Amino acid sequence: MTKEPEDVSTTIEPTVRVETRRQPMPPRERLERVFQIENLTASYGPKPAIRNVSLDVYKNLVTAIIGPSGCGKSTFIRCLNRMNDLIPHFRQTGTIRYHGQDILARDVDPVAVRRTIGMVFQRPNPFPKSIYDNVAWGLKVLGMRDDLDGRVERALTQAALWDEVKDRLKASALSLSGGQQQRLCIARAIAVEPDVVLMDEPASALDPIATQAIEQLMHDLKRSYSIVIVTHNMQQAARVADMTAFFSISTGEEGERFGELVEYDATEKIFTAPADRRTEDYVTGRFG
Amino acid sequence: MSSADLTTDVARRPFTGRRARLGDLVLEGVAGAAALAACALVGLIAWKIVDGARLSLSTFGPGFVTRIAWNPVAGREVYGAASFLFGTAITSLAALLLAAPLAMGIALFLTELAPRAIRGPVTALVETLAAIPSVVIGLWGILVLGPQLRLHIEPWLHSTLGFIPLFGTPSPAGASIFTAVVVLTIMILPIVASISRELFLGVPQELKEGALALGTTRWEMVRGVVLPYARGGIAAALILGLGRAIGEAIAVTQVIGGGVFIHWNLFDGGDTLASKIAAEYQGATSKLQISSLISLALILLVFSLVVNLLAQWIVRRAARSHGGGTVRP
Amino acid sequence: MSVHGLSRSQQRSDRLARRRAVNRLMETLAWLSAALAVAVLGVVVWSVAARGAGALNLDLLTKPPVPFSLTPVKQGVANAFAGTIVIVGLATAMALPVGILVAIYVNEFARPAARSGITLALDVLNGVPAIVIGIFVFGLLVVGRGQSGLAGAFALACLMLPLVARSTMEVLSLVPSSLREASLALGVPRWRTTLSIVLPQTIGGVLTGTTLAVARIAGETAPLLFTSSIVGTQVSWDPHRALQTVPVAIFELSESPDPADHARAWAAALVLLVFILFASLGARWLATRSRRKLGAAR
Repeated sequence: MTKEPEDVSTTIEPTVRVETRRQPMPPRERLERVFQIENLTASYGPKPAIRNVSLDVYKNLVTAIIGPSGCGKSTFIRCLNRMNDLIPHFRQTGTIRYHGQDILARDVDPVAVRRTIGMVFQRPNPFPKSIYDNVAWGLKVLGMRDDLDGRVERALTQAALWDEVKDRLKASALSLSGGQQQRLCIARAIAVEPDVVLMDEPASALDPIATQAIEQLMHDLKRSYSIVIVTHNMQQAARVADMTAFFSISTGEEGERFGELVEYDATEKIFTAPADRRTEDYVTGRFG
Repeated sequence: MSSADLTTDVARRPFTGRRARLGDLVLEGVAGAAALAACALVGLIAWKIVDGARLSLSTFGPGFVTRIAWNPVAGREVYGAASFLFGTAITSLAALLLAAPLAMGIALFLTELAPRAIRGPVTALVETLAAIPSVVIGLWGILVLGPQLRLHIEPWLHSTLGFIPLFGTPSPAGASIFTAVVVLTIMILPIVASISRELFLGVPQELKEGALALGTTRWEMVRGVVLPYARGGIAAALILGLGRAIGEAIAVTQVIGGGVFIHWNLFDGGDTLASKIAAEYQGATSKLQISSLISLALILLVFSLVVNLLAQWIVRRAARSHGGGTVRP
Repeated sequence: MSVHGLSRSQQRSDRLARRRAVNRLMETLAWLSAALAVAVLGVVVWSVAARGAGALNLDLLTKPPVPFSLTPVKQGVANAFAGTIVIVGLATAMALPVGILVAIYVNEFARPAARSGITLALDVLNGVPAIVIGIFVFGLLVVGRGQSGLAGAFALACLMLPLVARSTMEVLSLVPSSLREASLALGVPRWRTTLSIVLPQTIGGVLTGTTLAVARIAGETAPLLFTSSIVGTQVSWDPHRALQTVPVAIFELSESPDPADHARAWAAALVLLVFILFASLGARWLATRSRRKLGAAR
């Protein structure tokens, strides 16, 4: 399925379709930066996962990370809220400045980082508690006890789940469908009022209808939050993201394979006029 | 332009000034202390036993393990472990010899032969046998099994196989090494069987099908594929069973009769290291006698350590050669 | 030529017949081994039930033993039941929290090297013969102080600790890490995640492991011989004194020449056996239930 390069600008139909819904993006210089990532290198034991990644994440935008599997997308996003700290032998170098402060610095408390930078995972992982308690538990533990019911309702409403569950808040979260569980996890994450929501392939375990609901949700949520989403689905990135970063697997001098950032730009630029040959091959389906 | 300039009105919680989280420290500290205590307990057991055995060992020297004696009469006190070592060796090895093929048979039955409907129940029954306390097995052994063996099995074995010294004249006392062997066999059988069962379950189906596809019978498949694959684990299971037999005190004390001598007649009484300790629980009075009892415990402790570490080592080696198969005591 | 070929196939079918016969023999032996094990269980349980049921009455549970009576009197082993309840209860109270904490440390905090070290220590502890544990506690707590229910309970706790710790470790490792991550990603600290999210998931499994461990130590005699066996005949609940226990009582009665003592031994053994079998069955039932629950949470 080789295509001529000149087809690139016209072949990717979903991009064009989403284009109509997207607000025109202001010039990047005028956007506030949430993350400034410089030379981020991360490795599990001796094996490097990503090398020298540098990019800026902007406020109130959806930033998508795409790339072939094994390119370090998940490793990258899990660096942004120090989730990788939990993995033995994990090491990272470089800087991740969040509103100016380096969250990789030694004296930073990863728990405080995660408190502000929330995360939604690949597979829905509700607590084995009731629907209500899934949202309320975090609030209680983190000391946001005032107006608990109101906070739970607002979070579930924001996650577009309230109407479906308002009559059975005491039911087990495990009784929900996969898509509802994932929206519950999003509600749980935004209930504690984070600044950024990281989403690690949030729709990969869901059916198309549930996926559509989650994508619609992202459009709504970016008014209040900055969102970073990892996806292996290019069309999804084209549909939801304002900015897109393309990661790829490179081979080092000693034959070691690692992920690196190839290109980072406005989503429509990545999908219609990529600057790098590797990006072009990937978005036109000529990878592998 | 510095990044700080970009920060707008949003109130940022500072991440820095990391204070050690008290809750994390407390939980890790308390849990770590518990783990340390568990490890220290092992050390404390070893130290306390060695310490208690010191008097006896310094009095008798290495001769303690080669002397056949247990004389607590004041002024003429002399103790040695040789007859108990012999008793332990003969009872546990004989029990292992009897239990090993039976356990293999049970494990093969449960994994290869049993109809699906009875597989679960029989597995549960075999495990239930392991749950019966040794004192109850011993009670049964002394009051039911012992008399039966003495009246029927022992005379018959003596008259047919009497030319072998092992099957000598049955002792009229009723208690015998043979009863202890049967009781120990019953006790280690379910342990070896259930470990072996798990090992056999771990043999890849492809290997078994590969053998059967060659036209082998089920037994040939078992002998050619299942047993060799599980070899390391089986060895470890047998060693753990041996360890259990060496350490069993109560049931053996109840049925073995006692006596400080070395003989090859299975139908006469004797003592093992463990049964001797248990038998003396009310009688040890002098410091030297207590210390000698603790010396017997020390020998048992060394045996149990060797047995366990050996089994672990075998399992690890087997696990390295092919991914599967874990054995735990 | 054809004759030769025939004889060869004849040979082959002979060999097949022999192979079949060997297979048949081995399969029969395997069936017999399993039948033997089940039969032994049946005979032991039946012996205890048949002999114990006759002697089982309320006196056994409520009346203390009467030593050296020349006339038949109503007596039981009430002191042993009281002692077993006290000692097993105390042992559980000692071993359960420590075992759970050890498992939490190994699963949630320890580095791989420490993890395998502690696991090895637990396995070694599990392999120490019960009688050696008894001698150890005798040297540690009894020499100079005398026997006591507390010493007996400590000895049983030494046996129970590795059982509880290993079974808790097993269920902790079944808790999906996605649950831990979900909580940590909210900015909940680790200790809170462990206590509020991870540990509640393991209650069923811990209960199963504890029940099995209790069933195991309730029948242990060897650790108590040197720590809590030289006792009076009175019913006592005071752990500072040596307390009689059911297994030690059975042990002593079984070595008596008096058939009346044997009868009481059988009856006590029946009670002990019923307790242990019910506890094992209950644990089995709990295990399948909690496994189903964990499976659903995955």
